[in-house]
Amino acid sequence: MATDIIIHDKKDNVGVVVIEKITPKQECACWIMEDDSSTNIQSMDEIPLGHKIAMVDLNEGDTILKYGHDIGKVVKSIKKGEHVHVHNVKTKKW
Amino acid sequence: MEIPKSFLGYKRENGRAGTRNHVIILPVDDISNACAEAVANNIKGTIALPHSYGRLQFGADLELHFRTMIGTGCNPNVAAVIVIGIEPKWTKKIVDGIAKTGKPVEGFHIERTGDIGTTMKASKKAQEFVMWASEKQREECPLSDLWISVKCGESDTTSGLAANPTVGNLMDKLEPFGVHLCFGETSELTGAETVCAKRGATPEASEKFMKTWNSYNDFILKEATDDLSESQPTAGNIAGGLTTIEEKAFGNFQKIGNCKFIDVLEPAEEPTKGKGLYFMDTSSAAAECVTLQAAAGFNIHLFPTGQGNIVGNPIEPVIKLTANPLTVKGMGEHIDCDVSKILTREMNMSQAGDELIKSTLRVANGRLTCAEALGHKEFVMTKLYRSA
Repeated sequence: MATDIIIHDKKDNVGVVVIEKITPKQECACWIMEDDSSTNIQSMDEIPLGHKIAMVDLNEGDTILKYGHDIGKVVKSIKKGEHVHVHNVKTKKW
Repeated sequence: MEIPKSFLGYKRENGRAGTRNHVIILPVDDISNACAEAVANNIKGTIALPHSYGRLQFGADLELHFRTMIGTGCNPNVAAVIVIGIEPKWTKKIVDGIAKTGKPVEGFHIERTGDIGTTMKASKKAQEFVMWASEKQREECPLSDLWISVKCGESDTTSGLAANPTVGNLMDKLEPFGVHLCFGETSELTGAETVCAKRGATPEASEKFMKTWNSYNDFILKEATDDLSESQPTAGNIAGGLTTIEEKAFGNFQKIGNCKFIDVLEPAEEPTKGKGLYFMDTSSAAAECVTLQAAAGFNIHLFPTGQGNIVGNPIEPVIKLTANPLTVKGMGEHIDCDVSKILTREMNMSQAGDELIKSTLRVANGRLTCAEALGHKEFVMTKLYRSA
């Protein structure tokens, strides 16, 4: 089956779009690399190739997990299926 | 795939082997570039390596300058060297350093002779060297003669998903053959530094890594005007979907596969602990990093990219790979190895690693890289602080 989104690790709360773009209300097939399992999600936004989608609802202050690791904090709440990027996530380093 | 046990390389006087057979004209300092370029223009088949520094440097910065100059000349991809500087003393120091390899090297200084007289003398010697080098033949060399450096650039999320793990897969497969491996990019491990430190083969290696990273981070905290948000991630990274330095770092870190690093090298420092993986303290700017790795003796470079970095190096062939289908489509002339089928699951990581091994060996045997064919010769010295 075609894959629209790849998720590195089971623990991750974001996935990466691997087709040219996904559109709002699109039913997306997701592949979890770590254990070769599948899941699906309905998108809320248009999201281009390489950009991230929220796999769960996220609140301000929550940690984004990718590769099973902490990659930053949520600075504006994000709904499941929404685009996750610099407008709602920031580094914890600076 | 059965991995070939050998490649065709140029055997050098000191026992190393090269994947290329360059005769280089190496200026000691910025003001000797014109003369070096004139010699390279006169004598076909030689290349000049112009750069911006080499005057009034001091301390660790000057040591790094000499280490980079001498290391570049010593690289096994170089058959012979002409060194040209303004003054005799520093010129001789570099000539003497390169001469230890046993390869032909001769120095010329411009003071009291001028550009024209020096160009004439150096051109005669360069002609002799290049005609001598042109008779060198490729011979069968064991895979362990490959010294492979890696660095990624213009990364996006496809780098961390596919192109970088492909490099990691190659490392896992080639490490048992006794190759030397090197990764760097101190700044772009920020966020993954403690995870990276745990990959030291010994407690000493781990400790040395953390010391190196902490020293970099202290410098950033002292010098940065606000934060690094204008540089890390870059605008290109962000366009490609990377959001934070931590995300970039965990993607970057995929390049070393399951290997453990046995030592931490200073910039341009030659590894001395034998085969295996090394971490080198480098900038994450592509040309600076590759220049330092080439100066440490690495003879072939793997460069995964997402959005499409185009860097090359004058002496170390740089092989580009990408998993981003838009990059393959839009700028395919820069891509040596296309692993975008990983994203559509038409290719698995092991198959991608095999493809990269094949590309690497073809280039080691003499196939030009895209960057070589397009004339990319970025030679960029790392400068630690201002000159006196």
